[in-house]
Amino acid sequence: MQFGLFSVSDITQDPTTGKTPSEHERIKAVVAIAKHAEEVGLDVFALGEHHNPPFFSSSPTTTLASIAAQTSTLQLSTATTLITTNDPVKIAEDFAMLQHLADGRVDLTLGRGNTGPVYPWFGKDIRQGIELALENYALLRRLWREDFVDWSGQFRTPLQGFQSTPRPLDDVPPFVWHGSIRSPEIAEQAAFYGDGFFANHIFWPASHTQKMVAFYRQRFEHHGHGPADQAIVGLGGQIFIGKTSQEAKAAFRPYFDNAPVYGHGPSLEEFTEQTPLTVGSPQEIIDKTLGFRDYVGDYQRQLFLIDHAGLPLKTVLEQLDLLGSEVLPVLRREFDARRAPGVPEAPTHASMLAAKNAAAAAAPDAVAAAPGSAFGLRSTTGA
Amino acid sequence: MTVRKLAVVSAGLSQPSSTRMLADHLSAATVSRLEEQGFEVEVTTIELRDVASDIMNNMLTGFPSPKLESVLEAVTGADGLIAVTPIFTTSYSGLFKSFFDVIDNQSLTDLPVVIGATAGTPRHSLALDYALRPLFTYLHAVVAPTGVFAATGDWGESADSVKTLPNRIGRAAGELAALMKDSDRSSQVRDPFGFDSVMSGVGGFQPS
Repeated sequence: MQFGLFSVSDITQDPTTGKTPSEHERIKAVVAIAKHAEEVGLDVFALGEHHNPPFFSSSPTTTLASIAAQTSTLQLSTATTLITTNDPVKIAEDFAMLQHLADGRVDLTLGRGNTGPVYPWFGKDIRQGIELALENYALLRRLWREDFVDWSGQFRTPLQGFQSTPRPLDDVPPFVWHGSIRSPEIAEQAAFYGDGFFANHIFWPASHTQKMVAFYRQRFEHHGHGPADQAIVGLGGQIFIGKTSQEAKAAFRPYFDNAPVYGHGPSLEEFTEQTPLTVGSPQEIIDKTLGFRDYVGDYQRQLFLIDHAGLPLKTVLEQLDLLGSEVLPVLRREFDARRAPGVPEAPTHASMLAAKNAAAAAAPDAVAAAPGSAFGLRSTTGA
Repeated sequence: MTVRKLAVVSAGLSQPSSTRMLADHLSAATVSRLEEQGFEVEVTTIELRDVASDIMNNMLTGFPSPKLESVLEAVTGADGLIAVTPIFTTSYSGLFKSFFDVIDNQSLTDLPVVIGATAGTPRHSLALDYALRPLFTYLHAVVAPTGVFAATGDWGESADSVKTLPNRIGRAAGELAALMKDSDRSSQVRDPFGFDSVMSGVGGFQPS
């Protein structure tokens, strides 16, 4: 099981000091956080994409490339890459480039975005969000899997004999997660291709996440990618750890009460009860996180949001220390002990490459004839 | 016996509340009309003030608390709705509007509704037809022709002596009962994760 961080990349005033970091400070901070995530033993760092203040992350691949250069094991991902308003050709190229520079430590999560005006800024219509996600992703897949693409569709200039460059590392395209909060169509899209499904989870009640994941699993099996309980699921979650429950709540409450995403609504206690938010001792974080498995089944990736709501860098790094030392070892051990036999790990470049090579050795002619066929999840689940 | 579900929403604030009183009269009249015709009626009466902070929290967080969720289910899964608000500053109250703002804007489609309002003076009576009726029309609800407005005077001697309040309530209840008789909404609640909805042409996934 993979554990990691995902950042929404907000620039928020620290309500306890009145200080708001500059864009420069926050951008450098996120690189420091990612580096420290690797140091404390986390597996994944994922960064969102936004094109409006108060967010800084308009160019995740640039940021992730810098992190890649300063880390060695960390898997780099997004949360999310906008499949609706970005050109799928540019996504294909940017992530293939990042994949080479990071020696394969790259996957990505596709999403539709949560800011309405982004669509018109990039010449798109929000009412076609689902259709854009479907068509753009279908093209993205082909660009990574076929050397020369002839294509025409509803939303983009046609392509004749186009080759996106660079080609994916080892001809193994990055693994794709489809992120969604509430659209069953996106869960269906992930299931159709046998890709991963990432349920944002944060800010939403468990009952809702449970329905989305159950639907994805059912459809994953329907489309012939394997049993429902072996589908590839990722979950979000947000935590604040203290030595004791009381210490954690006292330290986080001013941030919670004032944060744009939480503040001035339900109390910290109500929100904790109704969503994955956990503010408490290491044991409370462990108990609640293990509880996610009770309603989504065995899953492959758990990402935590910890660098938001105006928390200063120093606090975030201290949170990482606590996460790595007090929480992570227990979560790894307990999730491993509970996992049902046959449930695969999240695909990585290494596992997909090994699966591709095994398939090529088993049936060299078939692989040569259909270069895309070996890259599907089906052949990687046993790896 | 065939069951029909009736949801009654009152946005009255004080206790006792004349808005709630009007809601109760409309409810009782509708129930007796349906019972006369052999239906069993399950009534859920909702005081919005009881879920006022939950409604605002839903606006801020995007999801309902468990308490508000059960209220939303009672309203969206009903066969008929009685919706009554006090008139504040020429229109429905903010609480009333906020409640219908957090409801999924497709989940009241085809729902039979009787609209009602209360105010200090009869001069506000048109608010039913320029504010409440368009709101429910936008939501594709089926709004009964008769809306019931009760000014303070309607409860006493300065009431309209030609079309009295009980007369108007009876007329509206008759219209709602007739619409509810043919409504089977409560037996077919929409499931967003159901096969048909996801696989349908509207936003459904049809890979090329």
